[in-house]
Formats: sequence, structure tokens, C-alpha cells
Amino acid sequence: MSEMTIHLKIWRQARGAAKGNFETYTVEKVLPEMSFLETLDLLNEKLTRQGQQPVEFDSDCREGICGTCGLVIKGTAHGPNPKTTTCEVRMRHFRDGETITVEPFRAGPFPILKDLVVDRTAFDRIQQQGGFVSANTGSAPDGNAVPIPKIDADKAMDAASCIGCGACVAACPNASASLFVSAKISQLSYLPQGGPERGRRALLMIGQMDREGFGDCSNHGECEAVCPKEISIENIARMRREYFKGALGGHDRKAASGD
Amino acid sequence: MSKILDAKIPSGPLADKWDRHEMECPLVAPANRRKFTVIVVGTGLAGGGAAATLGELGYNVLNFCVQDTPRRAHSVAAQGGINASKNYQNDGDSVERLFYDTVKGGDYRSREANVYRLAQLSMGIIDQCVAMGVPFAREYGGTLANRSFGGVQVSRTFYARGQTGQQLLLGVYSALSRQIAAGTVKMFPRHEMLDLVIVDGKARGIVCRDLVTGEMKRYAADAVVLATGGYSPVFYLSTNAVNCSATSIWRAYKRGALFANPCYTQIHPTAIPQLGDYQSKLTLMSESLRNDGRMWVPKAPGDKRRPADIPEAERDYFLERRYPAFGNLVPRDIAARASKVECDAGKGVGNTGFAVYLDFADAIKRLGRDVVADRYGNLFTMYEEIIADDPYHTPMMIYPAPHYTMGGLWVDYNLESTIPGLFVAGEANFSDHGANRLGASALMQGCADGYFVVPRVVAGYLARGGLGKVTTDHEAFGAVEDEVRKRYDALLAVKGSRTVRDFHWDLGRVMWDKVGMSRDRAGLEQAIVRIRELREAFWHDVKVPGEAADFNKQLEMAGRVADFLELGELMAMDALAREESCGGHFRAEHHTPEGEARRDDENFMHVAAWEHKGDGQAPERHVEPLAYENIEVKTRSYK
Repeated sequence: MSEMTIHLKIWRQARGAAKGNFETYTVEKVLPEMSFLETLDLLNEKLTRQGQQPVEFDSDCREGICGTCGLVIKGTAHGPNPKTTTCEVRMRHFRDGETITVEPFRAGPFPILKDLVVDRTAFDRIQQQGGFVSANTGSAPDGNAVPIPKIDADKAMDAASCIGCGACVAACPNASASLFVSAKISQLSYLPQGGPERGRRALLMIGQMDREGFGDCSNHGECEAVCPKEISIENIARMRREYFKGALGGHDRKAASGD
Repeated sequence: MSKILDAKIPSGPLADKWDRHEMECPLVAPANRRKFTVIVVGTGLAGGGAAATLGELGYNVLNFCVQDTPRRAHSVAAQGGINASKNYQNDGDSVERLFYDTVKGGDYRSREANVYRLAQLSMGIIDQCVAMGVPFAREYGGTLANRSFGGVQVSRTFYARGQTGQQLLLGVYSALSRQIAAGTVKMFPRHEMLDLVIVDGKARGIVCRDLVTGEMKRYAADAVVLATGGYSPVFYLSTNAVNCSATSIWRAYKRGALFANPCYTQIHPTAIPQLGDYQSKLTLMSESLRNDGRMWVPKAPGDKRRPADIPEAERDYFLERRYPAFGNLVPRDIAARASKVECDAGKGVGNTGFAVYLDFADAIKRLGRDVVADRYGNLFTMYEEIIADDPYHTPMMIYPAPHYTMGGLWVDYNLESTIPGLFVAGEANFSDHGANRLGASALMQGCADGYFVVPRVVAGYLARGGLGKVTTDHEAFGAVEDEVRKRYDALLAVKGSRTVRDFHWDLGRVMWDKVGMSRDRAGLEQAIVRIRELREAFWHDVKVPGEAADFNKQLEMAGRVADFLELGELMAMDALAREESCGGHFRAEHHTPEGEARRDDENFMHVAAWEHKGDGQAPERHVEPLAYENIEVKTRSYK
């Protein structure tokens, strides 16, 4: 296990400040099996001991499921490895002496709170518009009352795997949230339980996505490339169909007309 | 004077208790519900489920979480599944059997009435989640699929690949989102509850720190629900998320809520072993892997050959040998301890010798690689990224890790703590799992408490009346906020030489070595002394950078570690007082000739609930006797 020296060129921005800048730090004794975030931990320990301000970043489960962490590492959201979140990136993918650029997920609708921490509550507001089935607790029929073909359940699960990290937005040249929004719309469109609210859901969620300032999808495919959970861009095509059907009144347009 | 606690269990036959209790709980009329405000802290299955359901019913709900969005509560990380006594597999399952398995699995240290209610409610949870669009795994015929978990002989575990917790939590999050849009739930992300406010003896509010601005804020309500999860990170290295903490429940304890069975911790048998001192957490490998994986070590101590070079005859499949009836699917406490025994005997594998193999070769031979990949693919990928080895070809290396805490705030049958109006749900309470929790039962309890129990019992509390109007201008809020502010200013003022992590790491080592998988009197006494020293050192030498009025992760962690440094001592005291072995609590002095846990039902068939008597004072141990009227108490055996 050979120790490495790593240089980190990190975006620093004070809370509420309009401007930030890059600062470069050196971390010694980095082991190949360490995670990227543990390397940042090590840096923060060093900065704290030296009386400097540690670098703020978000993380929680550190096993790739909660969606809290999200850094642009060497120009790519969640780093150079496909199918991984930032917390799953290991240092063995970097070279001794390498300088690694670390930035927050940048997008207009994701304002920077401090250093590498961004505000992604825009995603919550989109969900609140229709990312649910209106089924109050206690109103449910037996779980096996409505059989669901395995293939539909599997496709719903593929879409439902989205962890809401926002890498798709950070990677998109238009800062579109289409992959995120389409994952939820697709999931519920594959399941009979999502049926009654399909049209309304698509119209309302997409309307909110626009109001939050996310851009349009122009089929670059960068979102799918960085998605740690392999959410397919096919979901965006499906979302468009759901939207048009909703807009043409194919589902339940009346219910959404208040928007 | 030590008290005998009354759990307020409804009278009547076990099977009728909850139905009758629901009927007897007074109600609040629909038009009056919005006049009541309920604070819910936490947005996992228990907290988020309670907040959403209370919102649906029309109450005014204030919901808080430390995460940047409620969808990231730590329930999200549960992998394997959720139990329910549906008997869809026609293999003889029933409410009675789930009840029996859970009480036995908890080594006869849980409360019968609570467990029975849990088993009854389990079925409605599955129905509710399906209705909300949770994409559970299904068979080709379109029906729900099941698998097996440890400690049971039926298939009752519902799952969504290896991401069941995520999918259930996203169900909760969707219900919560709907209520936020409807205006019944007001959501406060990035807010950490730092203290509880009590007015006229009742829980009436909380003081929070806004984690973005650092501002201290006050919130008042008619009732407070804590659903803030467990305290495994007292061990520093655990499978929990790095922001999991005991702070909310610990602050409630210091305000008078009793803390029950703090020493009951679950060490999960199958986590990726520790690699080094830099590490920030341990990664769990789901119990579901033991459906198809076989645990083994070399028969000869010190055998350093590669696993593929060790012939079948020189391997010891130790769980299959010791527990032929349940084999690799014994409960977690048993599997974890068995692994430790093998490693302590020098048969552990890997660089450190603190690992055993979990081998899928037979499963791949029997089922094919595709089936194994379909069942566990995401776990295999996670393992490979961390260890840089392919578990399809080389057996996984695994070792036990702190995972779940059965202990928590003491609650009665209504999930109400000893502070009136303070309810505690999910892992934060102690109520359902006794001394050991069975796999796939945490999600079940979170959903049961959140969706079904809390909304009913909180309504009962509010309907009984007697709650005057209290606002955040009340002097009690000012006094509590002052205390919190002083505590956080004090952390910043130490300006010592060691980081928060240094202290947390040291505490974790003491807890793991002395209050971990095996405990004894001398070790526990040493632990208490050492923890006191560490706490003293912390308040004299910790270095917390930055300011209070800013985004300051180190300050957040400092507050949490300060509380862990107190809780750790109580855990050791509880373990010391419980002179028996039961479930996850193993006292080296108390075991059978075969090395199994030996309970002392005569002296310890009770819940121990500790009362805070002031800083520097010894806490007082109260008891709630446990009565088993519907189940025969036996020596737990999985042989």
C-alpha cells in the first residue's frame, strides 16, 4: 500500500458571498484504498490543526445511496468513474502527485451555500407538485390485489433508483433537471397505482421544473453518462409522451388546469 | 427511590389489545385538528410517516431534519427488506408466528403487547406502500416476491432489490411532499434539534440550530415526536451515516425522559472489514446475502492460503456446523459472535485476521451468475469498488460492525416517554426488539410507528385536552435557548489542540473494545473511567474551528460527540448492571458451556430505564418488569 501525495484544487466560497475562488492544498499520506471524501476529511483535520477554515462539503451515508454528496471531481460530476457517487470514489483511481480539481455541482437553481455545499431544495419543490400517488394512510387494498407484471415492476424500480443527487443537472450544458424529473414520472407511469394522476403529474412537475430555472433538454446525454444509478435517458422520452398526453387531455387534464 | 414503570398496556386478550385501544383513544374532530400543532423531529420511516399521516388527518405539523432534504434520512440505507406476516408464500406464516419469532429473536427482553401490535400492523404496511407506488420485487405472475431473513423459517421479507429502505423512504417522502404542497406539513431541512422545551411538565417545543446560518430558533407545539434514529456512531465506526447522532434523544433524557436499555446494541455480522485508521464508516453487506452465501474460515489457525487454494475438507462452515437448523440464517447476534469466536481463535482471514469469508460459489453453481447478480448485484458492485476484488470469483471478506441500537428512550404502549406529550418512534425508542433485532424488522417498526401508531396515540393525547396556549415567547424557551447557546459557545471557546474526530475516534475504540461484542466487569469498569477522562479532556482540549453563526460542520459534530461522550458512559453502566447475557448483550461471565448467551430470567427479566439526576450525579436505574403471558419463555436455540 503505497502512500501518495495529492494536491487538491478546491473551490472556496464564503457563505452568502457572490464570488469564490480556487485554493490549492496538499494532502500527504493518502492511501489508495481511502475514499475521496476520507481524503477531504484528512485535509480538514490538517486545516483545523493549523487554525485554518476546513472545507465544507455535504455527505451522509457514505455508501452511495442517500444522494447527499456531490462534487465535480476533475471536471466530472461524481468523478471520473462511471456508476459511482462521490463518496464511493476511491483514491486508487488517482496518481501520486496528481492535482485534482474539486468544485460544487454548479447550476443556477442550485445556489452555493458555502464552499462545496449547494442548495438543492428546488428538487423538493418539483416533487411536491406531483411526485406522489394520492393515497392516504389506511386507504390501501391488499398488496396483491392488483398484479403488476414483473417487467413493469422492474422498469419502475430502475427509474425509482434515482437518489436525487443532482449530478444530472451539474453535467447538463443547459442545467436541465429532465433526467431527475423523468425518473419519478416514469416510475409512477409504469405502475397502475400511478395511473389516475399521470397527466396532472407530468404537467405540474414539468411546470415547476421550468419555474425553478432549470433548462430544457437538448439530448446531450451528459446526464445519463454521470448518473451514479444508471437512470436511462429513455425516461426523458417517456416523460415527454406523458407530458403531451397530459397536455392533450389524454389523462386528466381538467385536474391540472388550475396550474 | 427506584421506580417500577407502568407501560400502560391495555387489558384484555393480546390479539384484541390494539383494536380496543384504538377504539378507546379519544378523537379530535376533523375541523379541530388544524388548531393543534405537532412537532416531528426526523423524516425517516417513523418521523416522515408520522408527519405525513398527521398532515393527511389535518393537524398542523412542523417537521425537522438535519439533512438537506427529507428524502435522505438514514432509513434510506436499509438494504435487505421489510417483514410482514402476509403468508403469501403459504409457508405457515401468521401474526402469531411473526410475534413469536420477534420475541424469541429479542431473547425474551421485549414487551409482548408492543410486538404483537407490530406483527398485526405489518400487513397494512405492505398494502400502504404498494398503494403509494413502492416498486417491490414481483414474481412473473405479478404477485409480490419474498425472501428469508435470519432467525425465521418462513419467507416473509418483502424487498426492492438491495434498496428496500430507499424505496420505502421515497414512499414516505412522496407522502410528505404531498402534505407539504397541501400546506399541512411545514418542512425544516438542515435544522438540528438541540434541546427540548418543557412547560408545566409537558413537552411543548424544541430549540434548533439552523445548520446553514447557525441561527438558534425556537418552535412551539402541543406535542413533540422524536424519530431521530439510533446511536451506533457512539462506536465512531459503524454502518450508520456520518450525521446520525443521539443528540435529540440525549437532550430529552437530560430533561427527564428515561433512557431504556442503552447497552442493547446490534453488531451486524456482515460488514466490510475495517481497512485503516483513516476510515469514516463501515459499509454493510445486507443480511439477505446469507440466503445464498455460506460463511466459513479455514480449519487451521493461521492458514494464509488464498481461499481458492483451501480444499473443501479444510474449511469450517462454522454456522452450518454449530446451528444446523438455521445454518447461515441464524440471527445477527449469534452470527456476529460466532465470527468473533473464530477470529479470536486465530482463524480469521485477510491482512488483519479480523474477517471471515462469505462465499457464493455454491449459489453461483446452483443458480447461475445471472440469478445471483439479479438478487445481489448492487452489493457485489459496492464490495468490489471498496475492496478491489470480485466476489463472483473470490469469497467476500466480512466482519461484524455496529449497526443498530435496540435501546432508546423508554416509552409506554402509547410510545409516550416519561415526559407527557413527548412521543418517541422508530429506532429512537426501545420498545419492540428486546435485546436483539431480527433482520428486516427495523423498517417494519419504523413504518408501523410512523404510519399507524403515532397518529393514533398523539390524537388521543391531544383530545384529552388540558393544553394551554404556549408560544415561543414563554420564559421556558428563553431559558433553554440560553443554555444551548452557552454550550455551543463553550465548544468554540476551548480552542484546544485536538480535533473533534480525534476524540470521537478514541471514544469509539473504548466502546468497541470494552462495550462491544463481548463485555466483562473489569473492562466495563475501565471503560467508565476512560470515558470520563476523555470527556474531561474534550472540554479542555478540543479544537473547533469557525464561528457559531455560520455553516460549520465541525461545530455540529462537536455537539454530537459531546453527547456521545456522555451516552457512552451510560451504556457501560447499563451493561455493568445487567449481570446476564441476552441477545446482543454478551457478558463474558455469563455463558453456557457451549459459549451461548445465558440469561438470568429470575433477576433480569425487565427493562432497565435510567433517569438523569444532574451532571456529575449517578443516574438512577428503574425497571419495567416484563411478563410473558402468551409465549413460553425458553432458552433460545437455533441448533
